[in-house]
Amino acid sequence: MTKLDQVVVGAQGSGPAAGGGRRTSRRGGQRRGPWAAWIFVLPALAVYGFFTLQSLAKSVQYSFYSWNGIGEATWVGLANYVEVFSDPRRVTALANAFKLIFFYSFLSIALGLIAATLIRGLNSRWSRASQTLLFLPQVVPLVGAGIAWTWLYSSDGAVNQFLRAIGLGEVARAWLADFTFALPAIGIVGTWVLIGLCTMLLSAGMTKIDPALYDAARVDGAGPIREFFAVTLPGVRGELTVCLTVTLIAALANFDVVYTMTLGGPGGSTMVPGVDIYQLAFNQARVGAASAMGVVLMVLVLALVLPLQRIMRERP
Amino acid sequence: MNATRSSRRELLLGRIVLLMLVVFTLLPFVGMLSAALQPAGSNPTGIQVPTNPAWGNFITAFEMSKLPTLMTSSLILVLMVVPVGLVLATAAAYGIVVLRVPFGGVAFVVLLLGLTIPFESLIVPLYHLMKDAGLLNTRLAIAMPLVALYLPFGVFWMRAHFQGVPKEITEAAEMDGAGWWRALWHVHLPLARPALTTLLVLYSLWTWNQFIIALVMMDEPLMRTVAGALGAFQGQYGTDIVLLSAGALLIMLPTITVFAIFQKQFVVALLQGSVKG
Repeated sequence: MTKLDQVVVGAQGSGPAAGGGRRTSRRGGQRRGPWAAWIFVLPALAVYGFFTLQSLAKSVQYSFYSWNGIGEATWVGLANYVEVFSDPRRVTALANAFKLIFFYSFLSIALGLIAATLIRGLNSRWSRASQTLLFLPQVVPLVGAGIAWTWLYSSDGAVNQFLRAIGLGEVARAWLADFTFALPAIGIVGTWVLIGLCTMLLSAGMTKIDPALYDAARVDGAGPIREFFAVTLPGVRGELTVCLTVTLIAALANFDVVYTMTLGGPGGSTMVPGVDIYQLAFNQARVGAASAMGVVLMVLVLALVLPLQRIMRERP
Repeated sequence: MNATRSSRRELLLGRIVLLMLVVFTLLPFVGMLSAALQPAGSNPTGIQVPTNPAWGNFITAFEMSKLPTLMTSSLILVLMVVPVGLVLATAAAYGIVVLRVPFGGVAFVVLLLGLTIPFESLIVPLYHLMKDAGLLNTRLAIAMPLVALYLPFGVFWMRAHFQGVPKEITEAAEMDGAGWWRALWHVHLPLARPALTTLLVLYSLWTWNQFIIALVMMDEPLMRTVAGALGAFQGQYGTDIVLLSAGALLIMLPTITVFAIFQKQFVVALLQGSVKG
C-alpha cells in the first residue's frame, strides 16, 4: 500500500512540525551538544543512507544507461529522458497522473470539507460515528479496495445494477474496459480512499477555530454559506495544505489501485508512472527507461509539494 | 421562528448528505459481502440480499487462501520492521532534539527529503541491491528496505514529540548528571509513550498493507505481506467473484477489526497531531 503510507505520513506529521519549527528557533541561541551524541543519530542515518540515498543515486545513474538488468550496460546519455517526454506510452502515463489529481485531490478535499462542516454543525454522536466510518478505507489494503471496486464496476456489478434500476440501462457498460471511463473510474477509488482522511484532518482544524468568529459572523447576518467562506475556510488553511500535499503524492505515485484494477489497460488508457516503471523494469527488462521515469516522477512530486510547504510555513 | 425552521431544514439536508457519503464509503464492502454470500461458483449480479446466505464460502476461502500461513507471514514481517524502525527513529530524534548533536539540523533536512520520494522511484535499485546481496525471496529483502523507507516519517514524528517536551524536563535531567541513556530510559521514553504508540500503529499498518516492495522482492505469495498475498489471490481466482470476495473480506478482516477496537486511538492521534500545530 505504497501510497497510503505517504498519505498518512503527511497527515500525521504536519501539525506537530509547525509547532516544532517555532520552538527550534527559540532554542537557536543555545549551545550545541557534544559530537559523541551522534551515536544516537548515526544508525538511522546509516540505514537511510545505505538504502534510500544510495538507491536514489543509482536511479539517477541507471537512467543514463540502456541496461537489461543482467548484461552489460551501455551509456545512452539523455535518450531515456527524451523517451519519457516523447514516447506516447510514457507521456500518457504522466498525463494520467495529472488527471488523477482532480479525483484524488480536488474531489476528496471538496467532499472532505463538506463532510467536516456538516459533522461540526450536527455535532452528534451519529455524525462523529460517520467520521470514523469515512476513515475506514484508510486502513484496508489498497489491493483490497481495488478488488472490491473492480467487482462494483464489472458488467454485472452494482454500478450497472443501479443504472438499470433508475432507467439508465443503456449507459451501463464494463467500466474498466472502457477507454473513456476507465481512468475516471479509478480516480473515484482514489476519492473513496482519501475522503475520510481529509474529513478527519479538516474536522480537527475546525475544532481550533475560535467560536467567537462564528458568533461575529452570525451577528453580521451571515448565512451558512458565507460563514463557511468567511470563517471556516480561512481557519483551516493549514489543514488544507496538508490535505493537498498528501493527496497530490497519492495521485502521482499511484501503483496498487491501477495494478490491481487494470494494469494500465485498456490499451494503456489508465497507465500511470508507477505501473509503467514496474512493467519496464520487471517485464520488459528496460532498467534505464524505468529509472528515468522514476527520476521524473520523483522530481514532479517535489516540484508540486515543495511550494506547498513554503506556503504553509508562511502562514501567519 | 423563521431562522429555526431554516436551520432545521439545513440540519436535515446535512444529515442526508452525510448519510450519502457514508453509503458511498461502505458500498464496496457491502458489494463484496453480498457477492461472498451467493452460492459457490455462481455468477452474482450487483448487490442482492442473499435468500440463503452461503456462509460456507468463507470456510472454502479460508482454506484456499491459506489464511493462517499468510497472516503469520505478515506478522513476522511486522515484527522484523516495526521494533527496529521505532528504535532507530526514536534514537535519532532524541539525538537531534534533546542532545542537540552538531549539524543535527542538516541531518534532519536530509532525512526529510525521503518523505516525498515515491517508492516506485527507488524500487529498481532496491531490487538490484537485494539481488546482488543474494537476498531476493527472503523476508529480509522486504523488511530492510521498509525500515529505511519508513524512517524519515518516524524521525519526523518523534522529533515533533521531543520538541513538545518542556525544556525544564530536558535540563533537569542534564543537571542531575544522569547519563544520556538513563535520561532517555527513565525520563524521555515514559513521556514518549503516546507518540510511540501512534508510530507503532502506523508502522504496523503500513507494513501489513505494503504491496509493491513485497511484490517485487518475493515470488512466493504466502511469504509476502497480506496485501501482496491478496494480489496473488486475485490473480488466481479473479474470475470466481464469490470466492474472491469471500477471500478478500477474510484477508482484510484483521485490519478492520483492529481499527474498530483502536479507532479512538487512531482518531485521538490524528487530532493531537493537528492541534499541536
